[in-house]
Amino acid sequence: MSDPASALGGARFDGLAAIEELAPRGMITLRGDLGMTALQGAATAATGAAFPARRAIAWKGDRALGWMSPDEILVMVPYDAAGDAAAAITRKLHETHHLAVDVSDARSVFRLSGGVAAREVLAKLCPVDLSADAFGPGQLRRTRAAQVPVAFWMRDAETFELICFRSVARYVFDLLSVAAAPGGAVGYFGHGA
Amino acid sequence: MLILECPNCGVMAEEAELVPGGEAHLKRFGPESSDADFEGYLFQRENPRGVHFERWRHAHGCGKWFHAARCTQTLEVFATYPAQTTAPPQDIRDAISAKRPGWTWREIR
Repeated sequence: MSDPASALGGARFDGLAAIEELAPRGMITLRGDLGMTALQGAATAATGAAFPARRAIAWKGDRALGWMSPDEILVMVPYDAAGDAAAAITRKLHETHHLAVDVSDARSVFRLSGGVAAREVLAKLCPVDLSADAFGPGQLRRTRAAQVPVAFWMRDAETFELICFRSVARYVFDLLSVAAAPGGAVGYFGHGA
Repeated sequence: MLILECPNCGVMAEEAELVPGGEAHLKRFGPESSDADFEGYLFQRENPRGVHFERWRHAHGCGKWFHAARCTQTLEVFATYPAQTTAPPQDIRDAISAKRPGWTWREIR
């Protein structure tokens, strides 16, 4: 099997916040009636994470379940495990109306670290209230960054992870880099210039 | 900036996250309908100064459709409600009546 390569080869930018492209990650789009016990069971069995409430993301080690829409769950697993995990979900739900697709290769993942500065970098690009009172670890937000759709969440109080379509990875990386350029601090969230 | 609360995911979504879907609660007239009905369905729209009902899609969020009741004159948003309705819910009509006595929209009042 060939080695998976990320879109930008792990590009990195250090500015107000550190922007870093992460290695490919296994992602499965699971759609169906989220209220069904069978679907919840298949999702939790694939990750070990609790089934997320509305707009939440739940982690168990390096696996997670994220709430994407009223009928869509994002299942995150290690890249190598995505194919088997998707097959296992399909097997468990074969009698149920659902869709489980391995979309790992359609996505790029970025990490923004830098605490308040990372919040500010994202706030420049997304129409989202990113104050610490409004957004914190455990939440998942789908929105847009300038012209393209993205989703993000926090791994801890200092670090964001952001996913976008792989085809726009360069655009998103450049956006984040410009927003994080030295001298571009706004200080809106109170971390000074 | 118009800010609508998406009833599907609960996000207070700015207009930049939304895509407008035109007038709400249209009744479709397709094949076999009269020319007048079909013309009305295709072309005749309200253009109110005041209370209006619209469809919106949370395109850059959860991707789902919903309805919004708002005022075109002041941009006040009265309420948002699920797409799976064929007419504005009574409680929303009552809330609008409290703020805009005597409002009408199509045959609704």
